[in-house]
Amino acid sequence: MTALLPSPAAVDAGRRVFAPQSPVFSRRIGVRATVVTLAALLAATAVGVFALTLGDAAFSPGEVVMTLLGLGEPRAELVIIEWRLPRVLAALVFGLALGIGGAIFQSLTRNPLGSPDVIGFDAGAYTGALIVITTMGISTVSTAVAALVGGAATALLVYLLAFRRGFTGFRLIIVGIGVASMLASVNTWIILNADLRVAMLASAWGAGSLNVITADQVGIATCVIVPIAIAVAMLADRMHLLELGDDTASALGVRTGGVRLALVILGVCLTASVTAVAGPIAFISLAAPQIARRLTGSASVTVTASAAVGALLLVSSDVLAQRLFAPTQIPVGIVTVCLGGVYLVWLLIQEARRR
Amino acid sequence: MTLIDAETSPARAEVSPRLSARDLTIGYDGRVVSEHLGIDIPMGSFTVIVGPNACGKSTLLRAFARLLRPKAGEVLLDGRQITELPTKEIARRLGLLPQTSIAPDGIRVSDLVARGRHPHQTTLRQWSHDDQSAVAAALAATGTTELAGRLVDELSGGQRQRVWVAMLLAQESPTMLLDEPTTFLDIAHQYDLLRLFHRLHQEGRTIVAVLHDLNQAARFADHMIMMRDGRIVASGDPASIVTSERVEEVFGLSCSIIADPHTGTPLVVPR
Repeated sequence: MTALLPSPAAVDAGRRVFAPQSPVFSRRIGVRATVVTLAALLAATAVGVFALTLGDAAFSPGEVVMTLLGLGEPRAELVIIEWRLPRVLAALVFGLALGIGGAIFQSLTRNPLGSPDVIGFDAGAYTGALIVITTMGISTVSTAVAALVGGAATALLVYLLAFRRGFTGFRLIIVGIGVASMLASVNTWIILNADLRVAMLASAWGAGSLNVITADQVGIATCVIVPIAIAVAMLADRMHLLELGDDTASALGVRTGGVRLALVILGVCLTASVTAVAGPIAFISLAAPQIARRLTGSASVTVTASAAVGALLLVSSDVLAQRLFAPTQIPVGIVTVCLGGVYLVWLLIQEARRR
Repeated sequence: MTLIDAETSPARAEVSPRLSARDLTIGYDGRVVSEHLGIDIPMGSFTVIVGPNACGKSTLLRAFARLLRPKAGEVLLDGRQITELPTKEIARRLGLLPQTSIAPDGIRVSDLVARGRHPHQTTLRQWSHDDQSAVAAALAATGTTELAGRLVDELSGGQRQRVWVAMLLAQESPTMLLDEPTTFLDIAHQYDLLRLFHRLHQEGRTIVAVLHDLNQAARFADHMIMMRDGRIVASGDPASIVTSERVEEVFGLSCSIIADPHTGTPLVVPR
């Protein structure tokens, strides 16, 4: 069919691309972006397998793979599948969710600082969790719900405060940073007023950890995260059109208000569902999209590459959290905050230089 | 000035104007910029809207582009209420070059131009033969084929504006709205761009532009709209509406009008 038509003139993409063409599917896909994304996913899987070998009972990577394929011995099955796998899966899925959440907000604000952890959503989720922990005691479900509500309420507050006759990303970031610092002092105040045992529990939650994650929690979170990730992937093209400015995007047939609101809601759901289960894990949403962008050489931040790099970053950070001071396990949030601090300083210097 | 080509074809002669405003009241928040406007943009015309700063010309263009919701009245596109058409359908008929657009960091020219194809695409179909030939044609028409693989950040102002026009062309809309397309360009690049629009107009597109330079407007437009304080002061063939009295009335500039030595169109010479 297409063979009868003369092929259109070639267009120089400025990079190596392959362009599958059929009546149902056609797209120009960058070779480098694809290779980087696949490599990141592969590396994340490899680190995941490595993480499964770690612990009091040591297994070889071969044994781990056999066990994952259902060919291992019962003892290995118990340790690897029942005990260790939930945590590794959580690191992979949560990393993916945080990477996508970061990509959404950095794209909407057109700014590498526009990350949900910087603009207060984590702080808000923590406030929600703290209120429940100090008043009702720690329970997985109520803490998770409170964190979801706290994160969503903060997002709404930041969005409303930043929205004045249109939307500017920079205002959202400034307002978000302000709200985040206010919430941080509220959080400190709540902890100072709590009794010692509760304060310790609350602080532990606030560090963000995958240490005690259960298979059920991972299962539920995955069921929430995967459909949202697919929805974001379907909105990605319109998200990239919003980056051109509202006038241009509207003129190209994008309902800017609706698309932006949908992306904000999906982004908040992604990050809040991670925070609800694991506590606030900073840095992944901030760094994954930018690292992915530099590795892929793509224009602005992209959803798939950010997801892959996010998964790799979190699963690697969690291995560090387990092994750095072994046998003492530190919360993964501490590792990511330390790495993130260094990265944030570098980012601020870079941004200051650009202006 | 010559007659508008498109109107000579019998099939098109009977259709309503491409774009029109009916009793249109527009403004921002509490402030009304224009009231009760009635305007027809003729099919196949090169219409230029001129007027002093803050006369409401860009606001009018935004209303035509459905970026601004009218406070009262309506905008008709191809005879239908623009608010009733799906936004992607409008985008296939009507393109806009806004005053400012933002190029994402690290985007390449061909990728930016390809984004103009959005109204013709679905989630799965993003680079069909149609898309490819439209992008190739848009690059060729704007003389940016050689730049296709370059980063937009590396381009000069004139090249960059051509790339934005290429994106608009890739949209393949028969009507194009241009909001001060030549601002920030040097005079040679201004004329390059205006000649490009002139050529697109001759190929049958309807062009509506807001321009600051009255002489450029008079030279390239075949239909001119003069605005002041949100009102339409005059509209029609530039040769008949650009008079020294009117320029004085609209811009407060005392001048004489002579014929442009090259084109014979009105040339404003301030006193």
